[in-house]
Amino acid sequence: MKLLEVVGLEAGYGPTTVLRGLDFEVAEGGVTTLLGANGAGKTTTLRAICGMIPVRGQITLAGQRIDGRATEDIVRAGIAHVPDGRGTFMELTVEENMRLGAYTRRDRQIRPDFERMFGYFPRLKQRFRQQAGTLSGGEQQMLAIARALLLRPKLLLLDEPSFGLAPLIVREIFEIMRRINSEDGVGILVVEQNANLALSFADRAYLLETGRIVRAGPADELGRDEAIRRAYLGY
Amino acid sequence: MAGLLHQILSGLATGGIYASVALALVMIYQATHHVNFAQGEMATFSTYLALMFINLGLPYWAAFVVTVVLSFALGVVIERVLMRPMANAPVLASVGVFIGLLLIFNASTGAIWDYTTKAFPTPFGDRPLLGGYISGHELGSTAVTLVVLLLVYVFFRYTRLGLAMRAAAYNPVSSRLVGVRVGWMLALGWGLAAAIGAVAGMMVAPIVFLDPNMMGGILLYAFAGALLGGITSPLGAVIGGFSVGVIENLAGAYIVGTELKLSLALVIIVAVLVIRPSGLMGRTIVARV
Repeated sequence: MKLLEVVGLEAGYGPTTVLRGLDFEVAEGGVTTLLGANGAGKTTTLRAICGMIPVRGQITLAGQRIDGRATEDIVRAGIAHVPDGRGTFMELTVEENMRLGAYTRRDRQIRPDFERMFGYFPRLKQRFRQQAGTLSGGEQQMLAIARALLLRPKLLLLDEPSFGLAPLIVREIFEIMRRINSEDGVGILVVEQNANLALSFADRAYLLETGRIVRAGPADELGRDEAIRRAYLGY
Repeated sequence: MAGLLHQILSGLATGGIYASVALALVMIYQATHHVNFAQGEMATFSTYLALMFINLGLPYWAAFVVTVVLSFALGVVIERVLMRPMANAPVLASVGVFIGLLLIFNASTGAIWDYTTKAFPTPFGDRPLLGGYISGHELGSTAVTLVVLLLVYVFFRYTRLGLAMRAAAYNPVSSRLVGVRVGWMLALGWGLAAAIGAVAGMMVAPIVFLDPNMMGGILLYAFAGALLGGITSPLGAVIGGFSVGVIENLAGAYIVGTELKLSLALVIIVAVLVIRPSGLMGRTIVARV
């Protein structure tokens, strides 16, 4: 079963084409990673899926076409995006940031879900009434993930969750992502500079070079690939 | 001494009106980073609507409610129809639309209800209260203003929609990513601003009398108040509005006289821009250009 299926995705900024026909997928309950150097088009791919830039090609979420729809509708269809830069509402409190995460929901499980997030990220509970702009980078990343999960998404898009964070915090965050994936069955599409980390976390991997997919396959298989090892894993 | 107290109290009463209009300006400024020059003329138009309903035989408070609701709808429609297409346009294009709106509202108010000055009723009576320091209308309009400000505060601080509107103003990209319909939040902001302006118009009209240019001077005072408090801070705008009301009254009574009162607003604007451009409570905005 495919949770997300992307066929012939093309996108760019103004006259510049960045993505030149991508095909990839995320399995139901699966973790897919997009690898590639700076400027390969990883962040652009996530933005394209969320409808933040105009796209050509087909994007299907759980059998439902979402390409060409407004970001708000794609989000409501079940995609939560943790953007690069984390997208924190700096002027608002941690509590308000979390309430915004659950903005589209009307059910009564929001408070229990807050407690669940505190279970994953106890520091958010300590900082609950604090202005989000005063959080450290790691705490903002935790807040961004909590905000995304409070949407109760089917698919979570993560843009470089390790960026700028201490190794210990990166490990903690990936550990929690793994729990979320296995316990709640949330599919994950993660873009990472740290290929080692991404390949050990994902079950499927794609290698992007200047807007094209040049290698695709199971993550462990790509991890053994000679060329990838040399270019991206550094050994 | 009694004279001074009287001047301060009635300064607070008109300051409340400036505070409301300043708040309306700040609401649109926060969401769009533009100052709606037509805010005053829209309020005047609303006030004429109210007078029309009263003359049609509606009780005062019924006319009040109908006017507020219609003004809200008008604000939403203006944003959807006129401002939406300007979303990515340069600042000057938006300014052009604001000035166009100002002229359209001013002229159509005059065309529909003519240019003669009209009296506007007050539901509070004109009896002097508190030993003659303040009139019934001044006290009543101050109370109405405070209720409006309190409602706005509660709305933005405690409701889901209010939170979404603040989020959309601060960070539209992230707001879309949590499913907030940012475009509608802008429209809602326009609606609220128009509704607040309508209340301000109905509260000030019994004092200054109703004519198509009624809000011209008031918008200037309100703008001075918004700048004084900090155009990025709703609370600052409210405090600034009240302050300008008191300053205006005291200076008018003891220093410059009534003829020069309006230039005082300009003096405040220039002084704030020179000495502390972010105002008393505003943030300094840094932009890369």
